[in-house]
Amino acid sequence: MSSTWVVVSVVGAATVAFKGLGPVVLGGRSLPPALGGIVSMLAPALLAALVVTQTVGGARELVFDERLLGLGAAVVAIVLRAPLLVVVVVAAAVTAAARAF
Amino acid sequence: MTGSPSPYREGARRAAAIAPAVFVFGVSFGLLAQTAGMGALASIVMSATTFAGSAQFAALSVLGSAGGIAAAATAAILLNARYVPIGISVAPVIEGSLWRRLLEAQLVVDESWAFSRRRDGTYDRGVLLGAGLVLYASWNGGTAVGAFGGEALGDPEVLGLDGAFAALFLALLVPQVRSRRALAAALLGAAIAFVLIPFSSPGVPIIAASAACLVGWRRA
Repeated sequence: MSSTWVVVSVVGAATVAFKGLGPVVLGGRSLPPALGGIVSMLAPALLAALVVTQTVGGARELVFDERLLGLGAAVVAIVLRAPLLVVVVVAAAVTAAARAF
Repeated sequence: MTGSPSPYREGARRAAAIAPAVFVFGVSFGLLAQTAGMGALASIVMSATTFAGSAQFAALSVLGSAGGIAAAATAAILLNARYVPIGISVAPVIEGSLWRRLLEAQLVVDESWAFSRRRDGTYDRGVLLGAGLVLYASWNGGTAVGAFGGEALGDPEVLGLDGAFAALFLALLVPQVRSRRALAAALLGAAIAFVLIPFSSPGVPIIAASAACLVGWRRA
């Protein structure tokens, strides 16, 4: 088996297991209250981390580039209560425009 | 739950906002996989089974730079480890036989997960699956187009699409921050990710940031 297929198989199997673990073990049951309280805070914690890594994340370095301007435009769109599609398109357009100059 | 349009359709509708960007990234993954010598079939199988863009690009970049099998697999696995806590969070609404739960869980990606969260903190299975299916089709369709030598629709970076995902996650985050506790979790998660980015492999900052959800701990 070539190295490519080793990586594809190992990563694929690991990801299927990661995604499936919770639903397979705990599927359909409500979480214990202590765990439920913690898990309910996962969304704000992870989404905020994703905003950071998608905006300034690089390969072991912080990269401050046009994505920051795109995010700034998104903030304005969100404050103006724009629909999700508009927020996303505005951010991409501003990122692209800033990069073009 | 209001009975209005079916939750599947609602999930598909929400996912449509980001599906074109996911498709273009899928095309570029398919194309890059060929330049990295991965082979069309391997790139298509990877998108179908791993279904997580950031991890696939990470594995590809390491493979392409002759960084070794272990390094490529480790990078991708670290990036996808966040799906353990994410899977636990949606587990209460994923029901049915073991195989069905395992299969439905595969449609969980950051975006479908975030779309499916209700204001009360529970998750909507229909929205999760509807959004997940649209994103799955976009990502895999894009990969196939790129893998079979489809012309680039454009460089995702020139199109600014790398700036679209932060905007999406921010737009999905804002309505979640409805309590001091949620605000604390968000700020702490962001701070942990920011501080760790320069010192760790991609993926580690996100896993570490998930520890910020411990602010939700309370005595049972």
